[in-house]
Amino acid sequence: MAKSVREYSNDRYPQMSYDLIRELFVALGIILILIIILAGVFSTPDVPALSAKQVDQQAPTLLVQTALDDLSAQDPISTYGPPYNNTPGAAQSIGFISPQSWAGVQLPLTPAQDEVLNPLKRILPIYPTLSGPIQQFESATNKQQNAWVTAADNALSKASVTSSGITWPGDPSQYGPLPEILNGYLSLARTGLLESAIDGAGSPMPSLDRTKSLLLLEDQPDAVYANQLDMTGNQWGVIKETGNYPGAVWLWYYTLLYQVPPYNTSSSADLLVVLTVGIVTLILMLIPFIPGLRSIPKWLGIYRLIWRNYYKEVREGKINV
Amino acid sequence: MRKNITRSVRDWVNDNLPMEHVLPDTLPTFVNSYVYLFGILTLASFVWLIVTGTVLAIFGPTWWHVSAIGHFFNSMHFWAVQAFFFFMVLHLWAQFMMAAWRGGRHFTWIGGWLLFLVSIVTGLTGYLSQTNFDAQWIGVQGKDAMNAAGIGGFFNLLNFGQMYGLHIIVLPLVLVLLLASHVLLVRKHGVVEPIPLDGKEVTQHGEKRA
Repeated sequence: MAKSVREYSNDRYPQMSYDLIRELFVALGIILILIIILAGVFSTPDVPALSAKQVDQQAPTLLVQTALDDLSAQDPISTYGPPYNNTPGAAQSIGFISPQSWAGVQLPLTPAQDEVLNPLKRILPIYPTLSGPIQQFESATNKQQNAWVTAADNALSKASVTSSGITWPGDPSQYGPLPEILNGYLSLARTGLLESAIDGAGSPMPSLDRTKSLLLLEDQPDAVYANQLDMTGNQWGVIKETGNYPGAVWLWYYTLLYQVPPYNTSSSADLLVVLTVGIVTLILMLIPFIPGLRSIPKWLGIYRLIWRNYYKEVREGKINV
Repeated sequence: MRKNITRSVRDWVNDNLPMEHVLPDTLPTFVNSYVYLFGILTLASFVWLIVTGTVLAIFGPTWWHVSAIGHFFNSMHFWAVQAFFFFMVLHLWAQFMMAAWRGGRHFTWIGGWLLFLVSIVTGLTGYLSQTNFDAQWIGVQGKDAMNAAGIGGFFNLLNFGQMYGLHIIVLPLVLVLLLASHVLLVRKHGVVEPIPLDGKEVTQHGEKRA
């Protein structure tokens, strides 16, 4: 040996022959066989993403409701706060701790415009009759807009809604321009182009950021669909995939917190869970330096089982380290 | 004389990571339990994740929806993820039970936790790269926690391009670097010795202390 190396504590113990590379090859073989068998037997779920077209065909009322909520800022995103918009008091906080408001608005979004009116304006060249109704809606006062939306909201349960249009009950003037706008919206959804019109890529390059179109259905339609697939939060959705496949099961602790008080009742549940998981993780990470906690393994004594042969040989005097 | 950085690095490597420690052909006899296999099984799962993931990346993110072979590779990738985390969590528990941070091995323990955390983010970005309802649902559900933590504007779960790029190159690269450091640290210090029944710990330099 060219140079004497620093004393190696493993060298103090009796040695056995070992082949690291061979063990790695064996492990690779075991895992390959395992994943081929699991993939062959269980495959993977692949439920297509929920599209506005699908909602239009299967639950058109839900799509109309979503559009009405967006137009009257009754949807969750309009009052979400950062990073989408400034809504006083909307950001999650615990005392003075509020990373959400510290980060501020980074992805500005106004659902009435971004999710409903702007996509319709994009199709005006092929749907020119929408121009008047959209102009009428946008130039109306807030109060007038809300009156129209409220009237439509109240009448929606009595309206006859199909994937191609809505027949509203009563005097049509109470809804202002909404019947034309919503019919246009359903038509756009029916073509399957609503999401593209929302994201509105200004170039032929692929639209890789689908934030706006994904937020359109994020509330009710997605939740209804997820519920049919047993994927909602109180069904522990995050840790499994569709069809009861295991998902991120290693997040059981994170998901568990959402199910128990005070987390499941707090309006700042997300922040509370994130902080708790962060603190617990930091403690576990720094356990080597924390007196008491670092002795838990010694108290638990599982190590006696792991090294039972070694301890037996020490007791028998075969090993003296 | 001016310090030669290259020579210093070489001396440090020779002193701390001699090849007979990096690629050992003997191990202490106390290493004869199945718990020592969890680490290498995690590593093997990771290798197959890279292999299957590379195939999926070559053919593009939507290939597996339309091709039976693509779906099979996706399934292998998916089950390799399950195996990877299964063995990693067992490895973590085993190292905890062995108090494996003893004898100057605290950075190996902390590095292992970093690996676990980065793996979780890699897994999340993978779920978001599936271009199906699972990805859609996890994206809109998961965004709230990111937004509450103040990182949702920068780490936007609904930005497919960002999530896909992170998943197929940036995070795997971080994992490879962390994994290499983790394994080299294990080899630098050697496997953790049994907890002494007399309470006297063997230090990394070989002497006993109470």
